[in-house]
Amino acid sequence: MSKELIRLNEVSMVFDEDLVLDRINLYINDAEFLTLLGPSGCGKTTTLRIIGGFQTPTSGDVLFDGNRINDLPPYKRQINTVFQKYALFTHMNIYENVAFGLHISKTPEAEVRQRVKEALAMVNLSGFEKRSTTSLSGGQQQRVAIARAIVNRPKVLLLDEPLGALDLKLRKEMQTELKKIQQQVGITFIYVTHDQEEALTMSDTIVVMNEGRIQQIGTPLDIYNEPKNAFVANFIGESNIVDAIMEEDYKVTFSGRTFDCVDRGFARRERVDVVVRPEDLLISGPEEGQISGTVENIVFKGIYYEMMIRAADGYAWKVQNTHAYDVGTRLGLSVEPENIQVMHKN
Amino acid sequence: MKKKFLAIPYVIWMAIFVIVPLLLVVGYAFTTRDGGFSLENFQTMTQYWPVFLTSFRLALIATLICLLIGYPVAYWISRESANVRRIAMVLIMLPMWMNFLLRTYAWMSLLENTGIINTFLQNIGFFNLINGIFGTEIEYFHMINTPGAVVLGMVYNYLPFMIMPITTVIEKIDPSVVEAAEDLGASGVQTFGRVIFPLSLPGVLSGITMVFIPSVSTFAISSLLGGGMTLLLGDLIQTQFYGSAYNPYLGSAISLVMMVIVLVMMAIMNHFGEGEETAIY
Repeated sequence: MSKELIRLNEVSMVFDEDLVLDRINLYINDAEFLTLLGPSGCGKTTTLRIIGGFQTPTSGDVLFDGNRINDLPPYKRQINTVFQKYALFTHMNIYENVAFGLHISKTPEAEVRQRVKEALAMVNLSGFEKRSTTSLSGGQQQRVAIARAIVNRPKVLLLDEPLGALDLKLRKEMQTELKKIQQQVGITFIYVTHDQEEALTMSDTIVVMNEGRIQQIGTPLDIYNEPKNAFVANFIGESNIVDAIMEEDYKVTFSGRTFDCVDRGFARRERVDVVVRPEDLLISGPEEGQISGTVENIVFKGIYYEMMIRAADGYAWKVQNTHAYDVGTRLGLSVEPENIQVMHKN
Repeated sequence: MKKKFLAIPYVIWMAIFVIVPLLLVVGYAFTTRDGGFSLENFQTMTQYWPVFLTSFRLALIATLICLLIGYPVAYWISRESANVRRIAMVLIMLPMWMNFLLRTYAWMSLLENTGIINTFLQNIGFFNLINGIFGTEIEYFHMINTPGAVVLGMVYNYLPFMIMPITTVIEKIDPSVVEAAEDLGASGVQTFGRVIFPLSLPGVLSGITMVFIPSVSTFAISSLLGGGMTLLLGDLIQTQFYGSAYNPYLGSAISLVMMVIVLVMMAIMNHFGEGEETAIY
């Protein structure tokens, strides 16, 4: 069982009478890779900045190792940050950049040299000591920023959309590399992103946020397979979300038909949302499926085709399949009970 | 790059009003009244060596004072909200909208022995108090016609040129760089010393240049506030062209030497700033 390191207790933040964070409750374990995920303006960066000490919450408490740190300035926290735009010191070379924190803490120069060397090796920038920051590519600058933070051996590393400015291929590489670095140094990473795929790839825990509130906390698998509400379902991956009625435990009605499902504990005849992932809809002949519909359009997406299939009740189902069907084809759709996710309406 | 021709009027302007006059100055500097190449002007100039020293000394002092006053002001302005910044900038620029000579005359009437400051001190009984305590017989502070008054005039007139470039550069520093320094354990003072100040150096260099050059070549300030007691290079050059000493050849030579010295100083300074972004002026 991992040890709890950071806890946010009823943390709220108000900017110019705007409620940016609304009673956030969250705990973060030691050595955990936690991602704050949400659209821009959801409060994820503000949450990160509160943990980093760059902002003080309007109300609520921030605890670090059990101690209240609301008013502790950033330079007194055992937390380092990798900023969105790298924020390297352009008047220093790479060595001086990485050594900055160690020089501030008056670490003996021999040790500084050793640790800078190790940190640069960890981010694959060995031998870059003498280079200037401006001579590096965006990806390399971000690596320097990471080295500059981890060289101080913080207990927590905060990363504010660190890969946002990189191109797709480099971003994928860095995702793997960041995860590797996190496991290697064994410290807590708190990662902010609006990219759901990035979150699913790297995280131990994902915190989905929207409009200043936490929508769901869980493992990537939980979040993807069992979204708690329509927002999470929509934000994480592609989904079909339809209005439905929970007849009784394990019975849900939508698209004019009652389906078996694995959900229970809802009120009888409760109005609910149902999520079906596009890859979970199976295609069959028009009479063999649970729902029948007509292919309205089809887009090639690389490893699969994405089709919109209009059902009799007018809802267009998004379906992913490796087979292509011509527009106008009538076919049937069916879904396994465990792939129907029933959620309370907000 | 297709719009190159748009620059042609300016290039012509530069050629006529900058390059040709410069060449004329060089030409004059190496000739005498009788015409013909000569180094005589530079020989004559050696007797004015003290004037060079005074000019550079006073200009350096004025520049240093401008930096000491201007940097904190610029630092403060750049950290304020956009509204405060705008107002502060207008207030700093405001005196510059008034004619330069008028402003300097105003200082004359402030600093004179029977001027506003001395009269005020007299009226509130300040001199009586001092004389009573120390047994002296001071009737006024002698301020006008001193090197100090000349430096004051330089600082007053050129301070905005120090504040503006520094403000611009500090404003441009990415706030996340400052946060990064704090994040890495630097206190406020350390952040300033190790990050903000080094990053603001291009502005400081620009400010120094923009204050020092007009200060070293001024003649109005020294003749009005220095009362001719403090002869500066500007005054010396002016008298060669319009004064009793009429000798444009010598005047050109002095101008040329002053220009060379200034250029060398600037080159040395820019060398210090190397690796930084280049100064903006």
